[in-house]
Amino acid sequence: MSLLSKKNMVFLKDPLMDNNPISTQVLGICSALAVTVQLQTAIVMSIAVISVISISNVLISLIRNKVPSNIRIIIELAIIASLVILVDQVLKAFLYDISKQLSVFVGLIITNCIVLGRAEAFALQNKPWPSFLDGVGNGLGYSMILIVVAFGRELLGSGTLFGFQVVPDAAYAAGYQNMGLMVLAPGAFILLGLIIWVQRTITGTVAE
Amino acid sequence: MASKPRVTKAYTLGFAAAVTMVCSILLASAATLLKERQDQNIQLDIKYNILSVLGLVESKDVEAQTIFDLYDNKVKTFVVDIEGNKVNDRKAEEIDPKAEPDLLPVYARQDGEVITAYCIPTQGKALWSTVKGYIALEQDLNTVKGITFYSHGETPGLGGEIDKEWFTTAFKGKTILNKAGEIVSVEIVKGKMRSDEKNSEHKVDGISGATLTTKGLNEFIKSTLEKYEPFFKTRRGGTS
Repeated sequence: MSLLSKKNMVFLKDPLMDNNPISTQVLGICSALAVTVQLQTAIVMSIAVISVISISNVLISLIRNKVPSNIRIIIELAIIASLVILVDQVLKAFLYDISKQLSVFVGLIITNCIVLGRAEAFALQNKPWPSFLDGVGNGLGYSMILIVVAFGRELLGSGTLFGFQVVPDAAYAAGYQNMGLMVLAPGAFILLGLIIWVQRTITGTVAE
Repeated sequence: MASKPRVTKAYTLGFAAAVTMVCSILLASAATLLKERQDQNIQLDIKYNILSVLGLVESKDVEAQTIFDLYDNKVKTFVVDIEGNKVNDRKAEEIDPKAEPDLLPVYARQDGEVITAYCIPTQGKALWSTVKGYIALEQDLNTVKGITFYSHGETPGLGGEIDKEWFTTAFKGKTILNKAGEIVSVEIVKGKMRSDEKNSEHKVDGISGATLTTKGLNEFIKSTLEKYEPFFKTRRGGTS
């Protein structure tokens, strides 16, 4: 079976649309609200989550036949927590300012249900390679929503993208105002709701 | 699921121990390896904060080296005691406010030979955490030049707003002395100031949802200013 066979690609693609962790399973909402005021923090958070999910999925899948099932959740959490602390340390060393902005939310990846959810639901039953793809896929699915929400929030809320002003001064002079709501959490809720609506219209998914 | 391991208690314990060992070795080595870089970042951040309250840098888009150079050339540091006397054999950077609460570091902005602003560290308990920051005063040691909080663990979006620019800029130009020359500090009010607020030169708008955080700030900012007051008096006497 080739590494990127059709069957394997499903693991990667499925969580992007049909089974998106945020918009379909509605997991990981808390961090999605918190880090999406700016694109930059959203992207760093996305990279952090993708690395944590994919590596933890691989590690858990590697030891899946050895883990005593009565302590499996503790073991999974130990691995996830270690990876998250590692990511946090790396951010503090190389991207100090962004790590300050992300504050507690990097640490809170530990409690992100997507990570533990994928470990329980997928990595424990599957081989390392499909688990890796599943991790990357779910991470990307999460990132995609995060980045779309952050794009909308930064553009409408601050008139900037990646910190650069994109709304021309002339527009402000003509009476245009930044939407303060978008900087606050309700802005993220509204955007998320709209995304879920659009997505469900396209895929035809109906909530159970 | 594939072949189940025999689950004896010893196996379970052994497995847990092994995983814990691997995780802790991994984390301990990562922490040791990255420590130097992290410490450098923290130093840089502290120096940046001192420079920014003293009005020496505008934005974070400067090279690390520029910050170190500016700090070395423009900032004169010294230590005073609570009576306002200079302590000559100590360096401001070495003072640990917890261990030596009676030694007070001062970071002064020097333009040529003249000191044009004073920056002092302040810290104390807010709602959840110890908040650390700097206050800078103009040459008259009465007008606030700037304030910054660089380390805290308050709730993001509520108390965490204290490190945001909209909040800290409100302190600029406020005064810490009343007409009689007594320390009244700058008070963060609850909610917004009314338009007819009395003594508005000593007050700034609060943060809704962060009353307890700002209450903590009010207390420790005032006590810091009171501690430095004997030193400030010696300097004010000279100019006015």
